[in-house]
Amino acid sequence: MSLSRFLIRRTAYSIFVLLGLSMVIFIIARIMPGDPARMAVGARAPQWVVDRIRTHMHLDQPLPVQYYYWLKDALQGDFGLSLITQRPVTNDIKEFLPASLELVILSALISSIAGIGLGILSAHYKDTWIDNLVRVFSYTGIVTPSFVFAILFVLVFGFTLDWFPIIGRISDNLTAPPLHTGLITIDSLMAWQPKVFIDAIWHMILPAMALAMGSIAQAARITRSSMADNMSKDYIAAARTLGVPERLVSGRLLLKPSLIPTISILGLDIAATISVAFLVELIFNWPGLGRYGMTAMLHKDLNAISAVILIFGAIFIIANIIVDLVVAYLDPRIRLRAARSD
Amino acid sequence: MNKVTPTDHPFNSNITLEQISSLERASQRDNIGRAWYKFSRNPMSVVGLSLVVSLILLAIFAPYIAPYPKHAGPFTDFPNAKTPPGLDYLFGTDQIGRDVLSRIIFGLRSSLLMGVVVLVLVVPPGVMLGLLAGYFQDTWIDTVSMRITDIFLAVPPLILALAVASVLKPNLWNGMLAVSLMWWPWYARLVYGLTTTLRNESFVSAAEVAGASTWHILFREILPNTLSPILTKISIDIAWVIIIGSMLSFVGLGVQPPEPSLGTMIADGSRYLPDQWWISVFPALTIVLIVLGFNLMGDGVRDMFASEES
Repeated sequence: MSLSRFLIRRTAYSIFVLLGLSMVIFIIARIMPGDPARMAVGARAPQWVVDRIRTHMHLDQPLPVQYYYWLKDALQGDFGLSLITQRPVTNDIKEFLPASLELVILSALISSIAGIGLGILSAHYKDTWIDNLVRVFSYTGIVTPSFVFAILFVLVFGFTLDWFPIIGRISDNLTAPPLHTGLITIDSLMAWQPKVFIDAIWHMILPAMALAMGSIAQAARITRSSMADNMSKDYIAAARTLGVPERLVSGRLLLKPSLIPTISILGLDIAATISVAFLVELIFNWPGLGRYGMTAMLHKDLNAISAVILIFGAIFIIANIIVDLVVAYLDPRIRLRAARSD
Repeated sequence: MNKVTPTDHPFNSNITLEQISSLERASQRDNIGRAWYKFSRNPMSVVGLSLVVSLILLAIFAPYIAPYPKHAGPFTDFPNAKTPPGLDYLFGTDQIGRDVLSRIIFGLRSSLLMGVVVLVLVVPPGVMLGLLAGYFQDTWIDTVSMRITDIFLAVPPLILALAVASVLKPNLWNGMLAVSLMWWPWYARLVYGLTTTLRNESFVSAAEVAGASTWHILFREILPNTLSPILTKISIDIAWVIIIGSMLSFVGLGVQPPEPSLGTMIADGSRYLPDQWWISVFPALTIVLIVLGFNLMGDGVRDMFASEES
C-alpha cells in the first residue's frame, strides 16, 4: 500500500470518527436539563418569542432532524451564539485558538528536544548517576499532574525567584503587533518587533513547561529503554566489528530506530496536552481556547462547549494521522507490513 | 511443598481425594508465594504497596487519625486563619482557619473512592464488549462496538469527561459517572486485541470442536487468559482516574465544598499564593504521593505477571 492510499484511508476513517464524535457531543448537549430556546432568549422574554425561537432553532422537531440542522450549520462554521460573550462562537474560536496553539507548539518543541535529549543522555551514561538522576526525574514527571506543576512553577519561578511572568501573553507596557496569524510570536516577527517576540516567548515559558513536563518524562523514559534495548542487539555489535564509524553507528543505526517508539508516544502525548491546557490556561490566566472552553463549561454555554470539543477532537485526530505518517516514514517495516496486508 | 512422586500422581488410581485437594492447596500457596516473590523483587514495588495501604488506612480511619476531625466540614475559626505550618497545625490552616492536614486526610476518601468506583463501573462492561467483539471478529458485533469505541478514543478522556460533568449537577457521583463514560473504551480495546489473538489458539478450537457453549469459551477459555493484562492496566489506571477526578474538582465540577477534596483545596489555595503557600502545596504533594504509590505498585503488578509468562 502506498503512502497516499494509506493517507486516504486514514483520512476517510477520521471523518467517520469525527462525525461520530459530533453525534456524541450533540447527545451530551441535549441531555442537559433546561430549555435551550428559553436559555437563548433569556428568562424575561415573553412566551411567544420563546416559541418562535424554538421553531427557528428546529427544537420542535425530532432529535435526528435537530442533529441534521445542527451538523449542517456546524459544517458551515456556524456554531451559534455564545451565551457568555454574546458573539458567534466561531469568532470566539478564531480569537482564542491561536493562543492555545502557540502554547501547545512551544510545549511540543520543549518536550521533543528535552525528552529525547534526556533519554539519549540517560542511555549513553547507562547505570551511572546521570542515568539515575534522569530516571528519578522522569518518574516524578510522570506521576505529577500538570496542574500541580503549574502551581509549583508559579510559586517557585514566578513568585519566589521572580524569573518569569505568570499572567497573560505579553507585558502591559508593550503593545501587541498587528494581528495576522494570531500567534503573537509570528506576528511580532512579521512586524519586526523583536522585543515583543522575546517578551511573548518569556510569557509562554512557564505554562509551556507545565504542559510539557509529563511528555518530557515519558519521552525520556521510552527513548532510554528503546536505546538500551537496541544497544545490546547483534547488528550494532556487527557494525562496530566491521569498522563502521562510531558516528554512523550511534546516529543512523542506533538512534533512528530507537526513536520510533518515542515518536509515536510523544505524538499522542503532545496531542493530549491540548486537553490538559484546559487547566493550565486557567491557572496562568492564558487567553486561549482551553480557558474559553472551561468558562463555557462552568456557565453551561452549550454552543461554545460543543464547538470547543469538536475542534479539540479534530486537532487530536489530525495529530494522530501525522504521527502515523511520520512513523511509517521512519519505519520501513510498517510500510512493508501494510503493503503485504493490502 | 509436597513432592509429587509417581505413586501419588493424580492420574494414579491409588490416590485419595484428600491427597488431591491437599496437593491443590499446596500449589495454590506456592503460586501466591511465587507471585509475592516476583512482586517484591523490586523494593520500589513494596514501597508503593505500603504507600497505597497506608493511604487507604488513613482514608478509612480518617475520623480517628485526623487531628481536627471537625475541620473536614463547614467549620470556621477566623482567629486561627492562615496559620503557617507549626506544632499545632502541622500543615497550617486555610483561609477560614481549618486544619489543612485534617482536610487532606478526609480528602483522600473521595479521591480513592473515585478511583475504585470508576474502575468497578468501567471494567466489566469494557471487558465484556471487548470479548464479544473480539470473538465475533468481522461480524456486525465487532464493527458496531469497535467503531463506537474508536469514537470515544478519538478525544482525550479529560475533555469529554469535563463536558459531561459540566452538563450534570456538579458532585462527586456525577464526576464519577462522567469519567466512567469516557473510560470503558480503553478496556474494550485492550481485551478486543487480546481476544482476536486468543480465539485462534488451539485450546479455543479444541473447546469449539468439543461443542462447548459460546458462554463457556468466552468466560472459561478466553477471559482467564486476558486477566493479567487487565489487572496490570487496572493497577496503573487507578492513578489516572484519581488525577482526572482531582482535575474535575479543581475546576469546580467534582466534589463540592465544604466536603474536602484535594482538587478543590488546590484550587482555593492557589488564590493565596505565594504568601499562604501551604494551603495549596500540601494537597498538591498529596496527589503526587497517591499517584506515585499506585504507579510503583502498578510496576510491581506488571513484573508479577510479566515474568509469569516468560
